[in-house]
Parts: sequence; C-alpha cells; structure tokens
Amino acid sequence: MTDLTSLTLAEARKGLAAKTFTSLELTDAHLSAIEAARVLNAFVMETPDRARDMARAVDEKIARGDAGPLAGIPLGIKDLFATKGVRTTACSKILGNFVPTYESTVTSQLWRDGAVMLGKLNNDEFAMGSANETSCFGPVGNPWRREGSNTTLVPGGSSGGSASAVAALLCMGATATDTGGSIRQPAAFTATVGIKPTYGRCSRWGIVAFASSLDQAGPIARSVRDAAMLLRSMAGHDPKDTTSVDVPVPDYEAAIGKSVKGMKIGIPKEYRLDGMPAEIEKLWSEGAAWLKAAGAELVEVSLPHTKYALPAYYIVAPAEASSNLARYDGVRYGLREQGKNINELYENTRAEGFGAEVRRRVMIGTYVLSAGYYDAYYLRAQKVRTLIKKDFEDCFAKGIDAILTPATPSAAFGIGEKGGADPVEMYLNDIFTVTVNMAGLPGIAVPSGKDAQGLPLGLQLIGRPFDEETLFSLGEVIEQAAGRFTPARWW
Amino acid sequence: MSTATHKLLKGATGEWEMVIGMEIHAQVTSKSKLFSGASTAFGGEPNSQVSLVDVAMPGMLPVINEECVRQAVRTGLGLNAQINLRSVFDRKNYFYPDLPQGYQISQYKSPVVGEGEVIVDLDGGKTVTIGIERLHLEQDPGKMLHDRSPSLSYIDFNRCGVALMEIVSKPDIRDAEQAKAYVTKLRSIMRYLGTCDGDMEKGSLRADVNVSVRRPGAPLGTRCEIKNMNSITFIGQAIEYEARRQIEILEDGGQIEQETRRFDPNKGETRSMRSKEEAHDYRYFPDPDLLPLEFSQAFVDELKAKLPELPDQKKARFVADLGLSAYDASVLVAERESAVFYETVLDKLGNRARDGKMAANWVINELFGRLNKEGRDITGSPVSAEQLSGIIDLIGEGTISGKIAKDLFEIVWQEGGDPRALVESRGMKQVTDLSAIEKVVDDIIAANPDKAAQVKDKPQSLGWFVGQVMKASGGKANPQSVNDLLRSKLGV
Repeated sequence: MTDLTSLTLAEARKGLAAKTFTSLELTDAHLSAIEAARVLNAFVMETPDRARDMARAVDEKIARGDAGPLAGIPLGIKDLFATKGVRTTACSKILGNFVPTYESTVTSQLWRDGAVMLGKLNNDEFAMGSANETSCFGPVGNPWRREGSNTTLVPGGSSGGSASAVAALLCMGATATDTGGSIRQPAAFTATVGIKPTYGRCSRWGIVAFASSLDQAGPIARSVRDAAMLLRSMAGHDPKDTTSVDVPVPDYEAAIGKSVKGMKIGIPKEYRLDGMPAEIEKLWSEGAAWLKAAGAELVEVSLPHTKYALPAYYIVAPAEASSNLARYDGVRYGLREQGKNINELYENTRAEGFGAEVRRRVMIGTYVLSAGYYDAYYLRAQKVRTLIKKDFEDCFAKGIDAILTPATPSAAFGIGEKGGADPVEMYLNDIFTVTVNMAGLPGIAVPSGKDAQGLPLGLQLIGRPFDEETLFSLGEVIEQAAGRFTPARWW
Repeated sequence: MSTATHKLLKGATGEWEMVIGMEIHAQVTSKSKLFSGASTAFGGEPNSQVSLVDVAMPGMLPVINEECVRQAVRTGLGLNAQINLRSVFDRKNYFYPDLPQGYQISQYKSPVVGEGEVIVDLDGGKTVTIGIERLHLEQDPGKMLHDRSPSLSYIDFNRCGVALMEIVSKPDIRDAEQAKAYVTKLRSIMRYLGTCDGDMEKGSLRADVNVSVRRPGAPLGTRCEIKNMNSITFIGQAIEYEARRQIEILEDGGQIEQETRRFDPNKGETRSMRSKEEAHDYRYFPDPDLLPLEFSQAFVDELKAKLPELPDQKKARFVADLGLSAYDASVLVAERESAVFYETVLDKLGNRARDGKMAANWVINELFGRLNKEGRDITGSPVSAEQLSGIIDLIGEGTISGKIAKDLFEIVWQEGGDPRALVESRGMKQVTDLSAIEKVVDDIIAANPDKAAQVKDKPQSLGWFVGQVMKASGGKANPQSVNDLLRSKLGV
C-alpha cells in the first residue's frame, strides 16, 4: 500500500471515487510514512486516532454517495491553525499545551469538504523565520539533499513542516500561511507547489496571528491542480474576519489547462539582482521561454520601489507582531513563569516563552511604534507600502496579466548555515516574495528546475487581486514543461 | 461661550481662574459588546459573559457591533457634532491583567465624531456653551478583584470589551459648578437618546477631569488629570481641592508638575498616581484586524430623522407653546423621566392651553418638592401623571380652589384614588352658589361694622373679608365669587 502516498491529490480522488482503495487505507499509508519519517521532524503532533476516525466516517459518506470535494484526502495542518481539541502552539513554548476549544475557519472548511487530519506540522515560532529553525520543537529536515552529500538542509520557512511533509509524501497536501514568503519559499526549497492567495481570500479567524495586514493562509501541494483543489475549500468570505473579502470562490481547478495564449507576462527588471546566481537567472529565462512557447507575450516591466520592500516589510511586520503577541502574557493560558509582581510575571513569562527571533522582532516592533520613532519608521514604511502597491497597479493597468520572478535567490541551505551572525542574511531569502504580501496580491511558487547540486528551484508568478485562476493556468504550463520532482528517500 | 459668569478663586496674591476640560467615559447601551457577541448585562456571575474574542484567545478577531456605531452617531448628533463618515480604530498598547489583548481597541487620530457643543444649564436659568472636541468608541477593560484571596488577584472579564464612548470636551469649563452641570447635561442628553443609561454607581459614566489654574486672561497653566471619577458631587469636590492645591503651589513660587492624580472621597483630596515621566507610551497604530469604519451620509440622516426630542428642544417648546419660564422649563426637561411625566400630565389635561403652565407649577413645586422631601424619584411617585392632571383639571374648571387642591393632592398621595370621585365623595367641591355664600358674607359684614366702614377708604382691607369668608366656608367657596359679592355689598 505504500505507493498510495505517491499519488497526487487528484489521482487519489479518482481512486477513492472508483473505490479502488478507501480513505482509511490512504490514511494508514500516510500514517505509516509519517512514522517512518520522524527524523524529518515535520510533524509536531500526530493524530492517528482522529485521522482514522475521520477516514472511517468519510468512507461511510463515500459509500452513501455523499462525498465532498476533498472526501477522504489526508492532510497535514500547520501548527498555526487552531484545531479544536488538538494542541495548537504556533511552535512556541509560550503557548505550552494550549488546546483550543475552537476550529479555525480554514480547517473547518477542509473538514466540511471531507478532508482527514493527520496531525499538526512544524513551523517557525509564530511563523517568524525563513528556515524553520526557530521552532521550539527544533528544526525540520528537507527531504532534498545536495547530490553526494549527507548534510541535512532546511526546508525553508516558516511553513517548513508543511513543505517537508508534502515533499516527503507524508501527507497529500498541507495548510500553510504566508506573511512574507512563508508558503512560496519553502515550496521552492522542496519542489512543491505553494500559493499565497490574495489578502482577504482566506479567513484569518482561528489562525495564530503574526502580522495581521500581511498574513494569509494557502495550501502547499504536490501539483498545481492539487493546490487549486485545496484552495477552493480553504477560501471564502467569513463574517468573523472583517478583512476577508466577499467575492465568490471560483472552481480553481477549471483554470488548469486553460490556454494562456495572448496573456501578457511582466518580467520586472528590478528583480534582476546584482550577484544573482547564474542558475537562478537561467531558470527565470527558461520559465519565460516556456510561457512564450505556450503563446504568452513577454513584456519587460518596472516595479521601481522593489528595493525598499524588504526594509519596509521588516518594520511593518514586527510592528504588528509586537502588538499581536502582547496577549501571550502568562495571565490566562499557556506558559506562566511566576514573579514577585505582575511586571516580573510578564517579564519572566515572555523571556522564557519566546525564542530569540521572536524576542528580536517584538523589540524591533516596539521600537518602531514608539513615540518619536513612529513617523520615521512605521509611517514611512506604510508610505513605501502604498508605493509598492501602486507599482503593481500601474503594471496591471498596462494590461499585464501576471508577473514572473524567481521564487528565491538560492536553493535550500544547511541547518545553521545562515543568519547566525546577521539576521539580515536570513531575511534576504524573502527578497522576491515580500513585495507580494506588501501589495496584498496572490503569488504562486512552482517547481521549475534544479541547481548544479541537484536541489530544486522554483519560479513565482504574481497575479492581479483575486485572479488566482490565471496563476493556476500559467503555473500548470510551467509544471508541464519542467516536470515533477521527487526527492530520493534517505530517511 | 455665552456670557454666564463663573467663579474665580481668591488666593493670597489675588484672583485665579480655573480651566477645566473633561473626558467622559460613557458605556454604550447595547445588548452585546463592541467587538464580540457576548452580553453586556450588568451583575452577571464573574466571567459568565465572556467570548473567545474578549479574552484574546489565539487567532480571534474583532468584528464591529453596528448598533454601537449607531449609538455613537446618535450621541454625536445629540451633541450637535460633526459626524465623520470615515474613522479608524487604533490599538492602544499596554500591559495589564484586565486587558487580555495587551492593547485596547480605541480611536486615536480619526474619531467617529468630531467637534460639537453642549448648552449647559446653570442656576437661575443661565446657560453656558461647552465645546466638544471629539467622541470616539473604545473597549472597556475587565475588572480586577483583589478581595477574593490574600495572595492572588482575580479578574472578571464580563465588562471586558463592552463599548464605551469617550467624550472629550474643550477646556471651556471654568468652575466646579459648570463642570457638574456639564456632566449632568451630557448624562441627560444620552439618557434622552437612550445611548447610555448614565448610571454612575454601576460605572456606566465615569469622568477624567483636567484642571489647571491661571490669572484671569493669562495663558493656560500646567494641568493635572484626576482619573476615574464616578460621582458628580465628587467631581465638584475634586476640582475645588485640586485648584486650591495648585494655587497654593504657584503662590509659594512653585511649579505645577503635569501628572495623573486620583481623588480620595474620604479625605476629600487628590493624590498623585503617576508623573509625566512615568506615563505610558501607548504606541498607537491603526488596528490591522479592522477596516476603517465607513458609512454613508444617508445612514446618518436616517438616524437623525429618528432622534427623539432632546432637552434643549423640549425646553424651547415648553417656553414657546406653554409660556413656561426658561427656568421652569429647564427643571422639567433636566431628567428624561420628569419630562415624560410632565408631558403625560399635559396629554391628559382637559384644557392644555389654559392649564399647562399651572401643571408645570404643580409638577415642580408640589410633586418634586414632596418627592425630594421623601428622597424618592419621579419613577416612584405615588401620584400618577393621570391623577395629577385630574387634580389640575378640577382647579382649572373652578371645581376646587388651589388650597383644597393641596389637601386633595395629599389624600391622593396617601390613599390613592380618582381625584374627581374623591372631591364628590368627601364634599370638597367649591361653592359657587351665590345664595349659599351670600348668607355667610352678610353675617361677617354684620359682625364687623367698623371694618366694613373702613373698606371704602382702604380697599386693600377687602382681603381680610375674603379670608374670613373662605375660612367660614371651609375653603369651599369660590374666591372670585366671594370677592365679587363683597365688593358689591361693601360698595367698592
């Protein structure tokens, strides 16, 4: 039964419908794979009993002919999503053994549509990181290794557990979140497909907040089609999140295979960085050539404020985070470290409960919002954000349908290799992805090739607001041209 | 500001003027909280009215309660204020156990209501206009309970997240009386509107008072803020004390430190809470969980069209239509319940144009006087509006005299009953039958020949005869008939 784990979600759906296998069999196959892959540390909580219960219940529904669009599909859930009755920690010590009494809107929609939960996936603490090294449960291993090397590489972050688990065939798809690249960068590092939809497309209700104006949920999957299927269930307006937008959710799968002939693809000149590795440059040209071959028109475009995006992001995101994380104070739930008075209790709890990167960002955020610094930092960063957004609007106003860029400036790197001395080295990973969050646009990362060491690389497509469909159409063209990539199993 | 005079304080070196501004925190009357569906009912078991949003569980998001927005707009309209069609919710960041989010959602740079004004009624029918700087919506925190355990503090989150309107005045208030009258008037307006119950004992209305002093006409002095006052009397006491304290410091050559103080009602003094240096840096920024609050002018117009008549309008109408004095009218409209009572009396009167003014006198003098004496309020009046209008009808139509009416009022107060039926059954009817009165008049003139002779020279002594006749008739004679009869008999 182990080959059941190598199916795509679309293939599994067919098999389940044809009763070639049951959801319980599919679920068990993945549970065994999870057990055999614990060295990757992708799951921080396995829920096999719940998974089998859900699978059995779905099997009954399938038998009755009453199956939802994701009936019987086993998924992994990033630990940022609140899951009713299942420990949810955001991979932070400060949440301790917090068990929510509520289910996030996004996951509840997946269960509504018949999906099965295998467990909770590792991530950077409060989604703050680009390598999944800041988790209180320890780093996650990337299923990919450099050719001829035994060095364990990072899967990217913050949705490292999601990307690793999907790439290693431990789950058929996973939920993830993206604040500055946390879906697309790990997808690129693991040869999986990840889409960050338009801000407001998915409800944020029940997802542990990092930076509210940037956070957005999306899937990581094995193919573009799988990502489209998952997003359809995850997306939708939610009256409990007033920043979610009330536009109908289309059948994203219908966009797969749709002709891209005549589409205008922008190639932004500002993304051609000094010192960019030649293989990234080559990948980008290749991707453009594939789209051109499919009938799309390539247009050089300018996004002049791109270079200010990363610094502005590292003001806005920490500012919001410093406030969002104030609720973890040891008073009502999670970790509490006693003190002689309330201020000591706060200090002890937060010093003990938050890791170094989270503490750094809380301090940066507190600083940039302080009296006397607000105008120089936060307000200015918001102005930059408006300009970045306008760059894209100008571009789309000229008839551009989507923008093609590399997803990351490099392939995956070794655990502990980056950011040890200078956190900015790590922050640079998000150089191609943060603009998309700052502008609230949809962005998809699609596996597109390998570097000289055999590590996967990805391309990013950026779309108009609420035009995820075009990204799926274009993404599938790249996927078809580049082929699928599966890591050699070493675990 | 109108030209009403205000009190200056006399110091050792001359006169000082107080400059006072207020921030009123008024709890919005609404079924559920500002950003959650939890109940706002007062007095529930601790933590029985708490939602996941109120206690800031991970991943919870606020959703604006539209009724609270309507209430804020209504209040703004009642303060003749600018209504802002676009406003923004901000986070005010600070740590305290009664504040689960670690920030209070408030409005900082763009409040829902902008500048307005309130006409404040002072003693003797004078008024003063106090400017309103702004009104914004914000969340109330929870309540710390320090008396449940010797070593631990408990927190009741029932109040946490309840909507408050913070109403900020301009520094237009000049003495304690004006300050008290300002709070009274705001409270009255909100009670008319039904936007805040104004119950200060339950904490529905609290005030922060900013006080500074200066030489009359001089630039503004440094202010101190007295926090969280929940009684109009204490507000007056605190202002008087604080102004005196500041004058004493200034006259001794000292300087006022800008600081936050609290009032101790037992000692009648204010004490320092924290200095300017210890003040929080709240790191306000727009709440990214909430979109800007936007509504149309049509939304405002619809609320405006449905506003009830407010005290100032009612007062003007009473003066214009019924000929009441400005003072009487302002007494009647000060409390919504009093106005409702008076208007019910008016509605039931047989002849409103003739007796409306008399009804005002009766409500103010007889009814309020009696209620005050017994420490009751209008809602607990033993004499109903219908009964009182019955009494006034009887006076107006000449069935009983004013004096008898007072006895009748006392009977109704004590025993209840229909005034007209009581007058019948107890023989309190005024006697207008001339033949019945004539006999009494003749007897009294006959018994007092000296006085009768004097009347021609001293017409004012006629009153003595009227009194005698009324006394002899047990008050039942119609005073006008008695007067007429005496005049003809005595030839004046």
